[in-house]
Amino acid sequence: MARSIKKGPYIDVNLSEKVTQLNKTNQKKVIKTWARRSTIPPDFVGHTIAVHNGNKFIPVFITENMVGHKLGEFALTRTFRGHAGKKTDKGSRVS
Amino acid sequence: MARIAGVDLPKNKRIEAALTYIFGIGFTTSKKILDEAGVSPDTRVHDLTDADVAKIRAVIDANFKVEGALRAEVTMNIKRLMDIGCYRGLRHRRGLPCRGQRTRTNSRTRKGRKKTVAGKRKA
Repeated sequence: MARSIKKGPYIDVNLSEKVTQLNKTNQKKVIKTWARRSTIPPDFVGHTIAVHNGNKFIPVFITENMVGHKLGEFALTRTFRGHAGKKTDKGSRVS
Repeated sequence: MARIAGVDLPKNKRIEAALTYIFGIGFTTSKKILDEAGVSPDTRVHDLTDADVAKIRAVIDANFKVEGALRAEVTMNIKRLMDIGCYRGLRHRRGLPCRGQRTRTNSRTRKGRKKTVAGKRKA
């Protein structure tokens, strides 16, 4: 079921505070976050956010088109290395 | 012969059903269009007057995106997903279902005909 419109999009409070702080001082810094469930609001555009995928932080550069998506959509949590028996470039982790 | 939005409508069907031959128009939209154009949904396509056809055409042009324009929009949406590198985009690139369905079995619509893999026997 989709989220109620009444509530508005869910945006991680800590993260959005950090971004507004950066916007105020006109800085660009990579912010580490675990908030994969947070929606991307328009003021994140142009920042790089390192999203945790359970193992490490994946740097995601936010562009205009990404607004409205969740951060987690851009940091994959699974590594698919091909099926057993298929002898093609195994072992290389694709991020 | 009625030709709307670049599609020839089947002659002997009721207009309500015939309009659904246009990409982007289903039964509900079809009924709405006819209601607004003031054409009875029971008239057969070959019985339509030129004025009726013109009215239907006007309503569709004003309110709905159909055929080529709609197809272009859909492909643009998918292309956007693929360009931003999100999970759904990756699934589109791989030709796999992107709404969380299982892929261990089924999902043949997205994956196409079965490709048998050698050496998949139990030991």
